[in-house]
Amino acid sequence: MRRLIAILPLVLFVGLGLFLWNGIGKDSTTIPSPLIDKPMPDFRLTALLDEQRILTAADLKGRPALLNVWATWCPTCKQEHAQLNRIARDEGVTIYGVNYKDDRAKAQVWLDKYLNPYALNIFDPEGKLGLNLGVYGAPETFILDAQGVIRYKHVGAVDQRVWSQLRERMKQLEGN
Amino acid sequence: MLRFFCLVALFCFSGLAAAAIDTYEFSDDATRERFQSLAAELRCPKCQNQNIADSNSPIAKDLRVELHRMLEDGADDDQIVDFMVTRYGEFVLYRPRVSNQTYLLWYGPAALLLIGVVVVLVVSGKRKKVEPGKPKSGLSDTEKQRLDQLLKQEEDK
Repeated sequence: MRRLIAILPLVLFVGLGLFLWNGIGKDSTTIPSPLIDKPMPDFRLTALLDEQRILTAADLKGRPALLNVWATWCPTCKQEHAQLNRIARDEGVTIYGVNYKDDRAKAQVWLDKYLNPYALNIFDPEGKLGLNLGVYGAPETFILDAQGVIRYKHVGAVDQRVWSQLRERMKQLEGN
Repeated sequence: MLRFFCLVALFCFSGLAAAAIDTYEFSDDATRERFQSLAAELRCPKCQNQNIADSNSPIAKDLRVELHRMLEDGADDDQIVDFMVTRYGEFVLYRPRVSNQTYLLWYGPAALLLIGVVVVLVVSGKRKKVEPGKPKSGLSDTEKQRLDQLLKQEEDK
């Protein structure tokens, strides 16, 4: 008993140390999304390339896909665009786009210029869909499963390293 | 010293001057006050050390617009907080709600303090027990006898 009490401070110290150690180096700028495992929020917005076409959450169902929030005013989006093109073209992954708080004409010119990796593009000029998705800075990329449920969120550019993580997660979805 | 105070004052007021300026119309003063207090309580997801009232980032502006709209639509505080939390998580609250995910945050420091107090009490309690009465030499009876013998021998010499 006495010995137990004697090592108690050590145990407490080690416990506290591990707890604090765990927090070191964590990226505090990425906040966990409360939307994981929730269905895509409802929306009714026009397609970027076709003003007459109305898109809803039902249009995003059918197969696992990436949902990429982007804008022409966002420099990081430009950086990741080539990677998105490659993923869509070489790996046959479905990528949906949310054109976030942007100008329709500018966005169309951008897609002409840098190629269009998106199967569909939702035009969200007021950022209402972005707000419901908890977007706080473009680019953000979500993984949707075949039922249109949000499974994962990545904040920041999709580069090769990030893509290999996302691909792993998408494979798991297809396996289920 | 005076210069120091001037500098502090300057920093304080420069904060105020940098605060975001929008113009919102409120239906009454109570709503305006609620807007101000909620905007001060909600943390900006992008610029994490500022509340949405102080931040100039686009997302903070959007959240202020949304806050204003909800207040004017007659939403109560809980509805507004729920709206923010379902989109951005507990993270947006400077005072997160008590839940099994935030127990450590709410009660951890108090628990550590309690442990500290208990340790101090136990340690000081032990000290006190020794003090009253005769000072203990820490020698056993046989050791005492032997010491007495040795001292006697010394005296006899």
